[in-house]
Amino acid sequence: MEHIVIIGNGISGVTAARHIRKLSNKKITIISAETDYFFSRTALMYVYMGHLEFQHTQPYENWFWKKNRIDLKKGFVKAIETTSKTLYFAEGDTMLYDKLIIATGSKPNKFGWPGQDLNGVMGMYHKQDLDNLEKHAPNNKVCKRAVIVGGGLIGIELAEMLHSRHIPVTFLVRETSFWNGILPEGESEMINREILDNGIDLRLGVNLKEIKPDEKGHVKSIIIAETNEEIECNVVGLTAGVSPNIDFIKTSDIETGHGVKVNRFLETNIPDVYAIGDCTEQHEGIDQRRPIEAVWYTGRMMGETVAQTICDNKTAYKPGHWFNSAKFINIEYQTYGWVWALTKDNEARFYWEHEDGKKCIHLNYDKKTRAFIGINTFGIRMRHEFFDKVLNEKQSVDYVLEHLADANFDPEFYKLHEKDIVAKFNQENNTNIQLKKKSWKRIFQTS
Amino acid sequence: MKHIQKIGLGLFITGLAVFIALIFLGKYQLTPTQFETFISNNGIKSELFINDMKNNVVGKTFTNPFSLSSKITSALESANKTHETKKEWSKKVWGKPHSLAYEVAKTSGSGIIEENKGLFWWLTFGLGILGALLFIIPSIITLGPPGIKNNNVYHNSATNRGWIGWLVFIFLVTFYLLLYFRPEYIVNWTYIVDPISKSISGNPAGQWFLYGFLYCVVMVVMAVRMYIKYRNNKYQILRTTSVLFFQIVFAFLIPEILVRFEKPWYDFKNAFPLDYDFFFKWNLNELINSGGFGLFILIWGIVLTLVVVPVMVYFFGKRWYCSWVCGCGGLAETLGDPYRQLSNKTLKAWKFERWIIHSVLLFVLIMTGFTLYSYFSGAKVVLGIKTQTIQDIYSFLIGSIFAGVIGTGFYPIFGNRVWCRFGCPLAAYLGFVQRFKSRFRITTNGGQCISCGNCSTYCEQGIDVRAYAQKGENIIRSSCVGCGICSAVCPRGVLKLENGPEEGRINPTDILLGNDVDLMNLVNKK
Repeated sequence: MEHIVIIGNGISGVTAARHIRKLSNKKITIISAETDYFFSRTALMYVYMGHLEFQHTQPYENWFWKKNRIDLKKGFVKAIETTSKTLYFAEGDTMLYDKLIIATGSKPNKFGWPGQDLNGVMGMYHKQDLDNLEKHAPNNKVCKRAVIVGGGLIGIELAEMLHSRHIPVTFLVRETSFWNGILPEGESEMINREILDNGIDLRLGVNLKEIKPDEKGHVKSIIIAETNEEIECNVVGLTAGVSPNIDFIKTSDIETGHGVKVNRFLETNIPDVYAIGDCTEQHEGIDQRRPIEAVWYTGRMMGETVAQTICDNKTAYKPGHWFNSAKFINIEYQTYGWVWALTKDNEARFYWEHEDGKKCIHLNYDKKTRAFIGINTFGIRMRHEFFDKVLNEKQSVDYVLEHLADANFDPEFYKLHEKDIVAKFNQENNTNIQLKKKSWKRIFQTS
Repeated sequence: MKHIQKIGLGLFITGLAVFIALIFLGKYQLTPTQFETFISNNGIKSELFINDMKNNVVGKTFTNPFSLSSKITSALESANKTHETKKEWSKKVWGKPHSLAYEVAKTSGSGIIEENKGLFWWLTFGLGILGALLFIIPSIITLGPPGIKNNNVYHNSATNRGWIGWLVFIFLVTFYLLLYFRPEYIVNWTYIVDPISKSISGNPAGQWFLYGFLYCVVMVVMAVRMYIKYRNNKYQILRTTSVLFFQIVFAFLIPEILVRFEKPWYDFKNAFPLDYDFFFKWNLNELINSGGFGLFILIWGIVLTLVVVPVMVYFFGKRWYCSWVCGCGGLAETLGDPYRQLSNKTLKAWKFERWIIHSVLLFVLIMTGFTLYSYFSGAKVVLGIKTQTIQDIYSFLIGSIFAGVIGTGFYPIFGNRVWCRFGCPLAAYLGFVQRFKSRFRITTNGGQCISCGNCSTYCEQGIDVRAYAQKGENIIRSSCVGCGICSAVCPRGVLKLENGPEEGRINPTDILLGNDVDLMNLVNKK
């Protein structure tokens, strides 16, 4: 029986395993040094915040793996020898594979800051980071202040986590506004306000110079590069992005760049070796995507795809329309299609913000053809199927606005803002778009 | 704010302590005239019992309800034993021993509580309400800006089966055991609500009035907590208001007011088979004997069960009842909200659940069949089983132990909908309709789920919501009561409660939204 070995038990590796099992009878082994069982990495924050216990982040009960004949091995792969198809473990043992899937995910970036390896300095990515945080920042007596370096999704999540335990947080963001490499000005500004409203000390446009230790090798303070200001703290969170976790692969014949290089079939340069998820790098970005996508959803999709290929239905990784979501403290964010931070030449934008400053939508469409390109939505939930369909059918922005009621996914009885939105659009663009009533028929029309 | 909350907690605990202490206070002295009334009211013909009572109870002073109760019940038991051996059936005392003891205790009570009902109301209910509100209301500020904040739920001993949780469990279970099985011990509690009862129904309070009043008070106070916690969520606000309204007006005020007009006590929203004794002989007789109004109740009760319930479930799912109307649901959603995460989500629990809840439904249907057969034929025995016996078993096992002691008492251990999930026969009935013929579902938003597990954890019905959400499947489950919390706690906006078209409601998905697959290829392969 063919032995499929998967390194990494994150969403990519586990999705691949599940789909291979659905499609075949092959022997499957998942290797992880991080945890015994698959858990949702994105949910780690809720464990620290006390919303969940760690076990709740595990989507499958422990018997699931045995029942589905997916072997789990706890171990750290030290090296891969592709000629003999052998894995060498740090623990000293070895394992043979017939087909190998590398799904090792990412690791937090460190940019060589002085003091970046001190006690109390951590990323917020692995289960071990969480344990570490629990050790160094159990409450605001042990941790009198925390500093977070890096203004992305993990940074704001870490800020929210520490805030939930009433630990004062200073949040250093290199950019002039939060996540403005991704978010347009309006949205980015809204999140700045949300961070400040929650009592987090947000510092924009600053860089970390160094982290200073106390006599025991523990973090004592940090210095800001621009101002030389020293901020005393007991914990430093480094959340300046992630990069592929592939150090152990660099000694093998498998081609790597920033990540493991793969083609559209998620194959590496070595036969029978595949790579999926955060650790992969496409030779060229697909559509307008980046070559490396460290996103939950793309990891899952690659897992689905590689399973097909391995089960003799060679399938290219063809992600559909871009979508993503996040939550910035109390503000939910969803995006469908493309809304770049900066408007491109062919694009026109429409921005609407609610007077409470906690909800907004941003529409992006083609100036000439009026074709809908994408939407950012904050504080209003929107229907994925709706926008997928709109993008497939290359509908116009006018169509989207007319059918906003179909798109709304907020819970029942929520105040709807569609009228306001359309009125503002009409006023700004001299149009006469009429809002249509929600129609189940349209929502469920599949063709 | 922290200080106000601490003061509130202190006041609440003081109120609770006085409430518990009340059991041990006061005096009981049964006068000969009170005893005569008691004997004639209950039609007691046993001289043995009467003499025993005259020798050991009448005219004596008891300082606690326990000794009084044991004197009465032992008098009753020994008298009945003798009558049974002599086959003197006409002399046997038929009433339930502890109900009779309650009656004696209620009439014979005197002393500090009986004389200071108002004062003790304030020292118990008053302090409890004030303290609880002082504890709850500052959370408007301490919780921060509106949004879902389940912060520290799992670090708190009250909400994570810690020692506080276990203490609450012991308190609740004891409370229900006393309420159902030893009402004579809690006579003092009924005294402090006598004035309220008299102003509504004109009668002194019984144990069930006490319970109804307490129920409403607890729901109101805990609804304040709901309003604050979920103030960003209109669905939760409206739903809480609705259950509160139905509890106070339909379950509490209307029945009591009906009593004042000498009509049968009836809760118009309580549908059979949750209202399992609706077809019992005593109830049918009472309804039929109270003229046109009784007949109206009888017809309404039947229409409610056979027409209103299925039609409403078709359009709105069982949530219209379980989460918007039902009293049990109302308590679960207010008092029980802090415990919702404790329900077990394992597959094993789900298997148990289906067996148990459907067995209860079957049990209630068989019992009702027996009852109606007996009612119309006059036969007391059906298929060799006494109808009375099967009714007694149901009342004890399901009506008291399951619905009360376990159903509410186990909140802090098994989560807040133990009864609704495992025991309620009406929930099972509504569930069948919801599962097979309804427009209701929880819609999953395409491929946006990140499998974080908040939805499953906070599902009070123990549904593994995530299992469906991460597959992009709608959630169609008979047990879903549509509380909407899964949707509220989802950090990615993935879940929405909807009453859409029935067609396409169940949507098993092969490939999630996001991957472009050749659909024709997929279809041809099948």
